[in-house]
Amino acid sequence: MEITTVSYLRWIPLLPLLGAAVNGLGGSVIQRRFGKSAISAIAVTPVVLAFVLSCCAFLQLKGLEPEHRFLLDDVWRWIDIGTLKADVAFWVDPLSCVMILVITGIGGLIHIYSTGYMHEDEAYWRFFAYLNLFTFAMLTLVLGDSLLLMFVGWEGVGLCSFALIGFWWTEQINTTAGNKAFIVNRIGDFGFILGIFLIFWSLDAAGHGSVVFRDIQHHAVSLEGRTIWGLPVVVLATLFFFVGATGKSAQIPLYVWLPDAMQGPTPVSALIHAATMVTAGVYMIARLNFLFAMAPETLAVVAGIGAATAFFAATIGLVQNDIKRVLAYSTVSQLGYMFVAMGVGAYAAGVFHLVTHAFFKACLFLGSGSVIHGMSGEQDMRKMGGLKDKMPTTFWTFLVATLALTGTPLTSGFFSKDEILWKAFSSPHGNATLWIIGVCGAGMTACYMFRQVFMTFFGETRADHHVAHHIHESPRSMTMPLVILAIGSILVGYLGVPEFLGGGNRFEAWLEPVFASGHEMAAHASHDAGLEWTLMLISVVVAATGFLIAYVLYYRHAASPDAIADVAGGVPYRLLYNKYYVDEIYWAVVVRGTLLVSAICSWFDGAIVDGIVNGVAKLTVALSWLDGLFDNRVIDGLVNLIANRTYDLGSRMRRVQTGSINAYLYVIVGTVTIVLLARLF
Amino acid sequence: MEGISLEHFLIVSLLVFALGLYTVLTRKNAIGILMGIELILNAANINYIAFARYGGASIDGQVFAVFVIMLAAAEAAIGLAIVLGIYQNFDSIDVEATDSLRY
Repeated sequence: MEITTVSYLRWIPLLPLLGAAVNGLGGSVIQRRFGKSAISAIAVTPVVLAFVLSCCAFLQLKGLEPEHRFLLDDVWRWIDIGTLKADVAFWVDPLSCVMILVITGIGGLIHIYSTGYMHEDEAYWRFFAYLNLFTFAMLTLVLGDSLLLMFVGWEGVGLCSFALIGFWWTEQINTTAGNKAFIVNRIGDFGFILGIFLIFWSLDAAGHGSVVFRDIQHHAVSLEGRTIWGLPVVVLATLFFFVGATGKSAQIPLYVWLPDAMQGPTPVSALIHAATMVTAGVYMIARLNFLFAMAPETLAVVAGIGAATAFFAATIGLVQNDIKRVLAYSTVSQLGYMFVAMGVGAYAAGVFHLVTHAFFKACLFLGSGSVIHGMSGEQDMRKMGGLKDKMPTTFWTFLVATLALTGTPLTSGFFSKDEILWKAFSSPHGNATLWIIGVCGAGMTACYMFRQVFMTFFGETRADHHVAHHIHESPRSMTMPLVILAIGSILVGYLGVPEFLGGGNRFEAWLEPVFASGHEMAAHASHDAGLEWTLMLISVVVAATGFLIAYVLYYRHAASPDAIADVAGGVPYRLLYNKYYVDEIYWAVVVRGTLLVSAICSWFDGAIVDGIVNGVAKLTVALSWLDGLFDNRVIDGLVNLIANRTYDLGSRMRRVQTGSINAYLYVIVGTVTIVLLARLF
Repeated sequence: MEGISLEHFLIVSLLVFALGLYTVLTRKNAIGILMGIELILNAANINYIAFARYGGASIDGQVFAVFVIMLAAAEAAIGLAIVLGIYQNFDSIDVEATDSLRY
């Protein structure tokens, strides 16, 4: 592997950071002095420039031999302690190149969209400062050439996510949602950092201590057979990494924060909670694919968790009424598919789905934002309906993205999801169960997405008169990104048309140098085109069934949804509507448990620890009292005794000083006489 | 000067000394004490000169007598100054009154 050194990569993350610094530090002044258009110019320009630079990087990579596609920009030595060496260095290989194109491309569109969506907000500058800071952190995460730099970005996106979910901080519910996202993410981050420690420590023990990805990959072989507490190090470390991924990418059991994250402004939901940040976990596993390939046990866990998440999130999505919550559960579900792909070693398919999903889910979120914008802030789909004619651009783009998400043939979602399902079935790590769960999830996806489309855009409007009067199509700055994303939702799929459909899968070929290990697995997979056709048809039929259910229930009203909801006493409906009571269970077990442990610790601290401390203090006071007694009585007594005796003596001696000069003279004369007489005799 | 021997001088000197000592011991008046001291000094002077006259060739005695006279003058000056100070502080030159440093 040859490394091409370049010096422009640093500007890809640094330009958004610059924008964030200018808007974050001087934004309020700029907004007052030069207006909101100055703020948006400062915020959008760096992201667009970063996109241009990303395109340059892509073109340069494309000009290199596939196995030498590696650009490095080493900025400075960051940490140099013993064997731990880390640089602030940015690298681009085919995988991170895909990611930065998505982040800066879709991120740029969402920035433009936000200029329209957030236009009425007073804290316009703050929003864009956060958005740029997020872009910086996400690009650092992706471009960092070591686990440590990746972790910096990892934490940075979490922080920005927290700040943006609670952007409208005057509402308690928003700040609570922000806190929840941050705290749940911390649990995952803890796993991630343990994984970093374990990898570095194990490699160090083998004499190759490093946190740089290419070194880890080079020396990964030395981890083979190494164990800790009887467990293979690789399995343990990859499990830790996966815990980190479940937090950031909203997988069971840490997905609970993502639906609540919808409290943030809608462009944030689109950028952070659909297109980019939540895919960080997928990216991380894809980046460390060489480690995961060495740990088949972890891969099984990843695939299992992914499939379970894909299925359960889809079931919850079926009954939600908030337009953004449906999309949130859909995101959780689609991320589950990506993890299934990771788990069966189909890394390229997972990353492909990541890219297509970024397009159509961003489009859906921005579309829902446009709807909310037009509905004067209403998010409940039960109060919508009939928006088709009033918001045509939003409707058509939303419909296209929905078709893509539900895997309608010839859209991008069809190619990417079908690729995952096929790999889940045919890969050596895959099995029929994963495929069946995935297909069921796809059916439900079609159902809840078309339910959403029908409830929102078709039928009679159910909004109250005042709101209905105000419904209007969004400004061009909002519809333009929608159109671009909708077109992307269709076209991006053609980068990765599977081979059996005659596409040659250029996307997979592009990523091939990164996923050498996965490719070996794929080579073992059977290539039965007939079987592939059959499975594909089944999944299309299941999705069509989902569409039909939604059509019958929510368009034709052939059967009342309420009647369905009352099936079996309404228990299944309530279970789904309340999201399996997972939040309540977490509240009862985790939060209450933590509070209980805190109460016990508090009691222990107050009663025992303080008791010991206070006891020692009292003992010291008592001893000091005794010591004081000895000092006052014995030591001072001796000193005073000597002083008093001296004083007494002095009192007596001074009587000699009579003050009578004649008396002194008599004494003198007498004394002299005596001395003289003594001399004489 | 025939018939007057050293003994006569010594007797006179002794008498003067005894008178001086008596004055010093019995007077309460500070100036009186100073006078007594003068007598004692002059008794010593008489001795010096008598011994010098009858004792030998040297004039050491006379020289010492001159020194003593000079010293007596200085002593009288300082003594009277002290007496003046006492008088200013105590409105009296009675030595029994100056007993502030008594025990």
